[in-house]
Amino acid sequence: MISTMECGADAQNLISISLMKIHNSRTQRGGIKLHKNLLVSYVLRNARQVYIKEKYAEIYRMQQYEEVMTVCNEIQELDPLDLDAEDDEEHARTACCGEGASPCGSVCHRGAAQPAAHARTASAVFGCASLEEDTREPDPSYYRSCCMEASPAPHCDQLPASGSAHCNKTTVLDLDTHVVTTVENGYLHQDCCCDAPPLGQGAQTPAKKRKVEPGCYVSDVEEISDFTAARKRAKREDCSYHSLDYTDTSNISNLISIFGSGFSGLLSRQADLEQICSKQVLASLGAWTRAIVAF
Amino acid sequence: MAGAGGGNSDVQWCFSQVKGAIDDDVAEADIISTVEFNHSGELLATGDKGGRVVIFQQEPETKNQPQCRGEYNVYSTFQSHEPEFDYLKSLEIEEKINKIRWLPQKNAAQFLLSTNDKTIKLWKISERDKRPEGYNLKEEDGRYRDLNTVTTLRVPVFRPMDLMVEASPRRVFANAHTYHINSISVNSDCETYLSADDLRINLWNLEINDRSFNIVDIKPANMEELTEVITAAEFHPNQCNTFVYSSSKGTIRLCDMRASALCDQHAKQFEEPEDPNNRSFFSEIISSISDVKFSHSGRYMMTRDYLSVKIWDLNMESRPVETYQVHEYLRSKLCSLYENDCIFDKFECCWNGNDSVVMTGSYNNFFRMFDRGYRQDVTLEASRENSKPRSVLKPRKVSTGGKRKKDEISVDSLDFNKKILHTAWHPLDNIIAVATTNNLYIFQEKLN
Repeated sequence: MISTMECGADAQNLISISLMKIHNSRTQRGGIKLHKNLLVSYVLRNARQVYIKEKYAEIYRMQQYEEVMTVCNEIQELDPLDLDAEDDEEHARTACCGEGASPCGSVCHRGAAQPAAHARTASAVFGCASLEEDTREPDPSYYRSCCMEASPAPHCDQLPASGSAHCNKTTVLDLDTHVVTTVENGYLHQDCCCDAPPLGQGAQTPAKKRKVEPGCYVSDVEEISDFTAARKRAKREDCSYHSLDYTDTSNISNLISIFGSGFSGLLSRQADLEQICSKQVLASLGAWTRAIVAF
Repeated sequence: MAGAGGGNSDVQWCFSQVKGAIDDDVAEADIISTVEFNHSGELLATGDKGGRVVIFQQEPETKNQPQCRGEYNVYSTFQSHEPEFDYLKSLEIEEKINKIRWLPQKNAAQFLLSTNDKTIKLWKISERDKRPEGYNLKEEDGRYRDLNTVTTLRVPVFRPMDLMVEASPRRVFANAHTYHINSISVNSDCETYLSADDLRINLWNLEINDRSFNIVDIKPANMEELTEVITAAEFHPNQCNTFVYSSSKGTIRLCDMRASALCDQHAKQFEEPEDPNNRSFFSEIISSISDVKFSHSGRYMMTRDYLSVKIWDLNMESRPVETYQVHEYLRSKLCSLYENDCIFDKFECCWNGNDSVVMTGSYNNFFRMFDRGYRQDVTLEASRENSKPRSVLKPRKVSTGGKRKKDEISVDSLDFNKKILHTAWHPLDNIIAVATTNNLYIFQEKLN
């Protein structure tokens, strides 16, 4: 259990500081220092773990939690394959699970094989992203359509055959401008389709259950994120925002691509749920953009 | 007797010399990056960020001042490494000298290995104090004589000249490391040496520069699964088949090269379980080992992590036999130290000649000595204010509680820009070299 009382360390602040360090390491003389970046990634992971725990503790106290659970259960019961296509599903399909060069999932990784958890997470995250984007019309079908698109077996078969999905695309979806930026990194089809159904089943471990929840609750409780974020904002110093003031989408993409060469400590199979919430963290960190940052 | 005591009241340390610029404006190229005595202690080499090596030589003891051991004066200066550019990766390769290691002396010349991030070089440092004179065909300035003017023959002779110290690169060991080299270590067989980067360790023959053997490779098949890197490596002082390497996870692995060609399987793994009460955001960072050094006896090894020095018995893997807290008062400041990058500082450590005392650096130009026998420790400061010749260094103390005593310095007053990362102890005598940012301090034991 990480002590959060040390120095009044703020998990969000540490996350932003760590990202800045990773970003700066690109321009340092002598090239990226593997050792230092590895250590920074550990801090990032630890901060994220703490943030998730804090976040969930808050959420548990919310009255809306009951409603969230209700929505979650509804979504879980739905069979993705039975859904009808809708207009915004088209958009989602294009944006989400396109083939080939189309951007797909949101978990990013450079190069080689990626644990399935990443894909799972990313798909769930993207579900979140989609839902968040559709806050005007919170529509579970948006999320489902993502899964539906990815689920057909032939589609999956086209993917690199591997026990763990090989993600090689990074996508940043700017929810404000609906601009999708892709870095040739990871994609998640295989895991998206393979793993989505199990998520909807009952009798899950707490970890799995939590994995589903963000995808469920985000659409309905985006205002919760805002609310908690606002509260956090009130507490935190402004510098944590300012440290993320490089708000260009291109800079974010750069950040992601930097971090895409990241480390397993961030993306272990056990940490997929944390990954969802790290994105939530960053989404709620500021209104400068609603981009979902994928690591 | 060398090295007896150190932290106890028996030994007092005096200022001897300071080398380097006085002004506070530090040129980055002048930042000292490594310090190393040779095997006799007569020579002291420093490397800096500008890729230069400066070697100091100890003057012989004079009859005038028998109480004072000889001073160290500049013996040789040369540019070891230049900045390079890797065009393939679009990366600049820093010229900073990461490590210097002396070879045992075999003849009149001295040899040392110096390395930057990518390339190791073997340098020969030799003296020239005679030169031939009286050539028949050449003038003294080297011009050829008109043969018609040669009417007699003479035998050229060597005549004394002013001492000239020449440094020449004898071998360049390049293109063997993808990642940044952090350590080199000469084997006790005097034929081979190892070089370690973040993920691999290579074994070289000193005579052969176009080939090396990879003996440790911890690079995972998928870089995304990377969890630790190699931080330091060293050969055993007298077992030529044994070496250790430390990791960023706080483990030390001892390997036996007789077991297999690739030493990925360690013979021993030294690791102390983490105290769960001390778990923090920065646990991984502060447990990363920044230096590992065998004792001269070869029975023990010492590791340095961010807050402590640990002595390990090679026969016991489960935990260190001794642990010394260097600056425990920083544990509550880790967040700030993370923000200003100080938490990534790589402190080195060293043994004294008879392994009874260990030394390491800290902040505010403080350095610490731990006497293993007497279980005492002392904090000393390297500063120009205490730089009167033969002035005794006064022990310093950092106050951690609320009430600060007189002469104590509070934790918040520490200057974290003044750090002592590199220290060296004379192999035989109580003489230490302590590098601040751009100055080299030499302290000696006060002799009565």
